[in-house]
Amino acid sequence: MAHGKDSKEKVVFVGDSRVKRGSGFITPPDYTAYPGKSEAFIPNFLLKEWMVGVVVLVGFLVLTIAEPAPLWFPANPSASIIPMPDWYFLFLYQYLKLPYASGDYIVLGTIGVTGVAFGSLLLAPFLDTGKERRFYRRPIASSLMILSLLAIVYLTNTAWHHYKVEMADSGQIPENVQREEKAAENRAKGLPTTSGNQQKEVAIVDKENPAMESFKKAGCVSCHAADLKGASGPSLRGVGDKHNKDDILKIIKEGFNGRMPAQYDSAIAAGLTDKDIDNLADWLSKQKAEAK
Amino acid sequence: MFKNVYNWIDERLDVTPIWRDVADHEVPEHVNPAHHFSAFVYCFGGLTFFITVIQILSGMFLTMYYVPDIINAYNSVEYLQTQVAFGQIVRGMHHWGASLVIVMMFLHTMRVFFTGSYKAPREMNWVVGMLLFFVMLGLGLTGYLLPWDNKAYFATKVTLEIANSVPWIGPIIKEFLQGGTIVGAETLTRFFALHVFFLPAVLLLLMVGHFIMIRRQGISGPL
Repeated sequence: MAHGKDSKEKVVFVGDSRVKRGSGFITPPDYTAYPGKSEAFIPNFLLKEWMVGVVVLVGFLVLTIAEPAPLWFPANPSASIIPMPDWYFLFLYQYLKLPYASGDYIVLGTIGVTGVAFGSLLLAPFLDTGKERRFYRRPIASSLMILSLLAIVYLTNTAWHHYKVEMADSGQIPENVQREEKAAENRAKGLPTTSGNQQKEVAIVDKENPAMESFKKAGCVSCHAADLKGASGPSLRGVGDKHNKDDILKIIKEGFNGRMPAQYDSAIAAGLTDKDIDNLADWLSKQKAEAK
Repeated sequence: MFKNVYNWIDERLDVTPIWRDVADHEVPEHVNPAHHFSAFVYCFGGLTFFITVIQILSGMFLTMYYVPDIINAYNSVEYLQTQVAFGQIVRGMHHWGASLVIVMMFLHTMRVFFTGSYKAPREMNWVVGMLLFFVMLGLGLTGYLLPWDNKAYFATKVTLEIANSVPWIGPIIKEFLQGGTIVGAETLTRFFALHVFFLPAVLLLLMVGHFIMIRRQGISGPL
């Protein structure tokens, strides 16, 4: 039986479970074969490592305080921005701009060189199978790696240089700097410092007006929605900022730009009077964003 | 009291070998900077782990404020950066830590490469380590979009165009990452899910494998 204290089996379980009773732990490699003094990992070595770790942590915290993480303006697809990946992708970014790695040769760029380089890095132990470990006795592996490193440094530097030149040529200041300056200006003026997109909702002016009923009755809601926010038609909240009463009457009677058909006849058919329509146009012309 | 509790658990689950595997081993002289200063090159792996822990912790705190949708993402990051107490430091740690972890991992990889430590019998650990590297780059890539500022938006557009140019599978990768035909709301939620759930899960699994292997095989000997 694989259970019980006196079991002679190779694998013994704890109690009646399937938890293996260990016969000890993985025997660590015997470093006495190596010359010199070895040291216990816990506590001796780990304590020293922790001290180094604390120094690194303090330095790191000083960096985060001295140099706040950059934040640009909110994403705006129509902004003109020189796109820039994070710095550790720059070499790849620059490489894929080279004539023989882009355009008609893009397959060579993405799969050919990049794929082969990363693939051989992944499988390095199976390519470099010799017993020799010292790098200067492995000239092929070492020189390939050193060449790749030089290429990475060169490409990263070129990409960064191009970016700097482009920024200078177009006279742009990095957006994170702009954002901070704008925030500082606004703070000095006592204005909100945020660059975030403020979602200001335009309210319906005079919701209790009987025109609201006419609006529903005449079927305007089918395109402009019962909350006036628009559906297949545009939102009518704040429409008074764009059109005055006469314009609106004209739109109701003649339609708008071929996109909205004339609504006068159907409104009359729905039981509205001319006075109702006049009142409706008047009410719509009062829908202004900055009312009150 | 503690001893009794420990014994009670150990009797049932036999935990002693587990922690002894982790804790009870020696550090040979050739990797110990206390004996040879040049052995500091052996510290980069440990520092990578240290920074990774910082990334996980600071990231956990960031998710307390971050909102992954295109209307509020920027606002929540800006609020965190400018209003929340220590928010600037926590975001700074995550932002700069992302670069630092790449640096440390790169130096660790170079140490392993130039000391030939990936040679038999440690080939599998090197492969797992390279996969860790790729996952870490993926984390950097997906995390870059999350503040939803102009830098993030345009860099991601370029990245997706590059992914698109890969033959055959390119358009599929692009659509998978983009979650539609434009970089928009779906892209942000996908990158968020990848950055916070999928990639860290893979990262942790690979790390466990990395550490078990190094414990089984021991550190490579002196040159």
